[in-house]
Amino acid sequence: MTYAIEAEGLVKRFKDTEALAGVDLAARKGTVLGLLGPNGAGKTTAVRIFATLLRPDGGTARVAGHDVVREAGVVRATVGLTGQYAAVDENLTGTENLLLIGRLLGLPRRQAKARAGELLDRFQLTDAAGRAAKTFSGGMRRRLDLAASLVGRPSILFLDEPTTGLDPHSRGELWDLLRGLVADGATALLTTQYLNEADVLADDIVVIDKGRVIAEGAPDQLKAQVGGQVLELRPILGQDLARAHALVAQAAGPEARIEGERITAPVKDPELMPAVVRALDREGIAVGELALRRSSLDEVFLALTGHRAEPGEPERDGGAADRDDEALEKAVSRS
Amino acid sequence: MTATTITAPVTASGRVPPLAGVRQTFTMAWRSLVAVKHNPLELVDYSITPIMFVFLFTFVLGGQMAGSPEAYLKYALPGIIVQNTLFMTMYTAMALNTDLTKGVFDRLRSLPIARSAPLIGRITADLAKHVWAMLLMIGLGLALGFRITGGFGGFLLGALLLVVFAAAVSWTAVLIGMVAGDAEKVQAFAFTLIFPITFTSSAFVVVDTMPGWLQAWSDVNPVTHLSDAYRGLLLGGAVAEPVLWSLVWAAGIALVFYPLAMRAYRAKV
Repeated sequence: MTYAIEAEGLVKRFKDTEALAGVDLAARKGTVLGLLGPNGAGKTTAVRIFATLLRPDGGTARVAGHDVVREAGVVRATVGLTGQYAAVDENLTGTENLLLIGRLLGLPRRQAKARAGELLDRFQLTDAAGRAAKTFSGGMRRRLDLAASLVGRPSILFLDEPTTGLDPHSRGELWDLLRGLVADGATALLTTQYLNEADVLADDIVVIDKGRVIAEGAPDQLKAQVGGQVLELRPILGQDLARAHALVAQAAGPEARIEGERITAPVKDPELMPAVVRALDREGIAVGELALRRSSLDEVFLALTGHRAEPGEPERDGGAADRDDEALEKAVSRS
Repeated sequence: MTATTITAPVTASGRVPPLAGVRQTFTMAWRSLVAVKHNPLELVDYSITPIMFVFLFTFVLGGQMAGSPEAYLKYALPGIIVQNTLFMTMYTAMALNTDLTKGVFDRLRSLPIARSAPLIGRITADLAKHVWAMLLMIGLGLALGFRITGGFGGFLLGALLLVVFAAAVSWTAVLIGMVAGDAEKVQAFAFTLIFPITFTSSAFVVVDTMPGWLQAWSDVNPVTHLSDAYRGLLLGGAVAEPVLWSLVWAAGIALVFYPLAMRAYRAKV
C-alpha cells in the first residue's frame, strides 16, 4: 500500500506542553483523511509539521514518500496548504493573489494569469477577480485561499479547519470543491472540529485528543465501535423533561443526557426501548417524539474523549482570533 | 490532479538557486507595491503625513524659529525628510507583522521559494516608497521656496544616503515586526521611540539652546548626523564629518540588528 501522507510516532513539544505525543497516521493515495479532535488536540501542529512549517521533536513524517525535514524542498513542491485563517493578501485583488503565487512558482506572467483565471472560474470568483480581497465575504476569502493553495497543482493537500467560521451555505460550497479535487486524484488531510464534516468528506478518520490518537477507522466503523444506537425522546410538555430524564437514566444509566428539549441515551440493551416506554406510560408522561437512531460521530466523540467537541478558540498560538468568526462558528455548530 | 505539478526550481533540502531567489524577491516586491494601488489610504500615509509636517513646521513654527517661514523651511525641510524616513521604516515593521499574524507567511513558507524572498522583497519595495515620499517632500519644499543650492549631485548623494540609512534601520523594523503582538503595538512602540530621538537632534532646531546634558546626547544622536549630512548635501557645505558619522551609525545599526532580526525571522518564518 502506498501512503501519500504518513506519520510515525510524531512528537512535538512547546515548552512544557506536549502538543503531539507520538501520533501515527496514514492517508492512502487519492483519499481524504479526516483528522478530528477538539481544540488543543494537536491537529494544527500535525498539519504544520507536514507542511514543513514546524520541525518535529521526534518520529517521522513523510509526504509522498519524502521526509518533511530532510527533503523539505520536495515536500513544499508537492503540497498545497490551506491554513486555519484565510491567508490572502487583503490589499491585492483576487487575480493578483493568485498571480503572486504563480509567479513565485516560476510561471511566466501570461501563464500565471491564465492559471489565475482558470482557478477564479472554477471557484466562482470571476466577478470578484478585480476587487481587493478585503471586500470579499468570509466564504469568498476561503475559496480564494483554497484556490491559492492549488495554483501549483499540488497532488497532496493539507486543509486545516477550512470551513471554520463559514455559514452553512459557504461550507457546502467548499465541501463540493473538495470532493471535486479528490475526484481528480488529489489526496487530502483535513482537520476539523465538525464531526459531520469528517463524516461527509473523509474516507478514514483519525481522532486525536491531547496529542494522542484515540481512535481510527472509516466513519461507519467508528460509529459501530461505540455501540451503534441512540435512543432519543422528547416529552410534549417541557415541564416533564426532568422527570422523563430521571426515568431514562434509571433504565439506561448515567449516560442519559438532556440536550435541549430532548433526552438521549446510548442503547446497549435491546430491552431499553420497551422498558423506557413502559416507565413513561406508568408515570403518564406524554411523548412527542421517540426514536432509535445510529449514534452520530458527535456521540462517538463523547464516548471516546469523555467530552463534547466544542468549537471555541482556534488552536493556533499567536493567531488573532476573529470575534465575529467565533460567534458565527458557535451559531453554525448549533444549527 | 491530471496535469503535472508546477513548481519553482528547488533542491530536495529546500535550497533555491540564486537567480530564482532574486526573481522571487522581485515578485514579492511587486506584491508590496501593487497593493498601494488598491489601498489609497496607504498612499495617504506615505504622502499626506509628510505634506502636513512640511506645512506645519514651515508656517506654524517658521516665523518663531527663524524669523520667517522661508528661512526656517531651509533649515527644517531636510530634518523633516529624515524624520519621515525613520517613521516610514515602521511601515515595514507593520506590514511584516500583519503578514505574520494573518497567516500569509505560513502560505509563503509552504511554497518552494527562497526563505529570504518575502523579507528582502518587502524591504526593497519599502525603500522605493521612501524615495517616493522624499521626492514628494522635496517637490513641496521647492514650491514653498526651498532651493537645492548643493547641486544635482548633492541631491542624488543625499537621496542615496537616506536610502542606505533606511535600509540599515529596516533591520530594526524587521525585529520589531517579528516580535510585536500586533500591528498597533508596532505603531505605539515606533512613536515612543522615534519622536524623542528626532526631537533631541538637530533635525528641527540648532542644538545650541539645549541644556548641556541634552546637547551631549544630541551630539552623538544618529539623527543629528544624518540631518546635518542631508542638509549639507542639499544646501552645499562641508559634509564629510556628518556623512561619515551617518554611515558609521548605519553600519552599527545593521551590525547589531541584522543578526537579531534574522534570528527572529527564522524562528517565525
